Amino acid sequence: MPSLLRPDLKIIGDWIRPGSRILDLGCGDGALLAYLREQRQVSGYGLEIDADKITRCIQAGINVIHTDLEAGLSDFDDDSFDYVLMTQTLQTVRHTERLLDEMLRVGREGVVTFPNFGHWRCRLQLALGGRMPVVKTLPHAWYNTPNIHLFTIRDFEQLCRDKGIQLLKCLVLDHAHRLSPGLQLFPNLLGEVALYHLGRP
Amino acid sequence: MISSFPPDSVGLVTPRMLRFDEPLPLDCGRTLPGFELIYETYGALNADRSNAILICHALSGDHHAAGYHQADDSKPGWWDTSIGPGKPIDTRHFFVVCCNNLGGCNGSTGPVSINPDTGKPYGPDFPIVTVKDWVRSQARLADHLGITDWAAVIGGSLGGMQAMQWTIDFPDRIRHAVVIAAAPRLSTQNIAFNEVARQAILSDPDFHEGHYYERGVIPRRGLMVARMLGHITYLSDEGMRTKFGRELREGKLNFHFESEFEIESYLRYQGHSFVGRFDANTYLLMTKALDYFDPAADFDNDLAAAFRQAQARCLIISFTSDWRFSSARSREIVKALVAAKRDVSYAEIPSTQGHDAFLMPIPRYFETFTAYMQRVAGEVSHDAILAKT
Repeated sequence: MPSLLRPDLKIIGDWIRPGSRILDLGCGDGALLAYLREQRQVSGYGLEIDADKITRCIQAGINVIHTDLEAGLSDFDDDSFDYVLMTQTLQTVRHTERLLDEMLRVGREGVVTFPNFGHWRCRLQLALGGRMPVVKTLPHAWYNTPNIHLFTIRDFEQLCRDKGIQLLKCLVLDHAHRLSPGLQLFPNLLGEVALYHLGRP
Repeated sequence: MISSFPPDSVGLVTPRMLRFDEPLPLDCGRTLPGFELIYETYGALNADRSNAILICHALSGDHHAAGYHQADDSKPGWWDTSIGPGKPIDTRHFFVVCCNNLGGCNGSTGPVSINPDTGKPYGPDFPIVTVKDWVRSQARLADHLGITDWAAVIGGSLGGMQAMQWTIDFPDRIRHAVVIAAAPRLSTQNIAFNEVARQAILSDPDFHEGHYYERGVIPRRGLMVARMLGHITYLSDEGMRTKFGRELREGKLNFHFESEFEIESYLRYQGHSFVGRFDANTYLLMTKALDYFDPAADFDNDLAAAFRQAQARCLIISFTSDWRFSSARSREIVKALVAAKRDVSYAEIPSTQGHDAFLMPIPRYFETFTAYMQRVAGEVSHDAILAKT
């Protein structure tokens, strides 16, 4: 899975009020938390299951809590964070809907990023090649991918509407996580990575 | 001879004894008129005294955490795996202190010490000490060493409980706490096991209500059974099965009650060797200190409220096969620290070694532990090192 690259760090950072309390689900090596701590003076924790990534967080002085997200967030109280972040993680979990609910129970607002399966390259590979798409943002073969729930921007927005989740902000990026204005015209066709700022129902 | 020690050993060490003449009030309401602590140190204190680490020992531990007392010692200190140059608690960066706790039987004032009021060993009259009492006495030791605040207080099991208590009782004297294989308080089942261990000792005919010293006997069988029981709770089912299986020492069933299975032989050996080095009255005291430990009790049973006193950053580590203090118990600690908005990291280490895993050099465990300690080392000054204290 591609790690967070600078442009999306900056966008997420711009969305977050300075001094907030943050919970980062699937925090990886802690790069996002480190960036937000430095740029936005946030405090908080990352949740991670991979032992090597936990060690890297500890090396970087990031608070990291070994957690299996599939087990939910029962160790965290309602309203205990200003933001719960989930970058490139939602598509890897089994209980997607429950985790979204949990996210907006524990946090007052959410930030989600995910690879857009509706991008034209994915559509083309499936429609013309008849094969499961392999693209830069989804680089694995169908049989070894950690991405077990693939969905498009329209799918995600529909789910949010059904659940009453507010879509506060949305941006799409290309595979290098760059922002280009043209992409926003047809986000579900041109966007490779989607960024959402969510509010409670 | 020293050159024969491994390069990552602290080498030869000599314990020191320290006498405290100022009375120490205890949780039980009694006061120790004075007391002695025996302790060891490894590494050197830096010029601004910012690199000191306190190691807290568990139930049967003592002040001899690392290195060797004599060149021909068969075994180093009890946590030699973790303390030394290049080890997680790196003595090239840290000045490490470990003392035998009050009530112990390895040099610090305890049941085997002479009661100044009677001229005889305290025996069962030694007050029941608590984790808070230990922390208070360790603070006196820090005062003596000129250490205003510890870079870290570190311990496994009952030692981890002392590290937690330090964060609550002396928030401005501890910068980091490393709490390994511990629990926020004992479960009912934990207390039940301790009670069986105590009953084994208390019901031994040689116990004599704790006054066995003057009779020249020790409650050998009771202490041995207590230790055997304890050992079962330190190992995991899988670990025991892998190590001992159902192997028979003589390869056949003998239809008698001597030790036949390898596990029986192992437990008896552990029990026997323990009797030679540990005091039964101390064992009773240590199990009580465990049972009584409950930092939340002072805060309406709200552990998060207890941790709101704390300022230290914490590392919590648990082991998958530890059923004595399971990962769920460590997560209770983490949950309370998060609710208290304290800095905490938590790692659960896969292992088959049960509760004892905290003493083992498990690569995953040591990577995490080392990474954390390197951060701690990065915060302390590496200015001129003071002469060895």
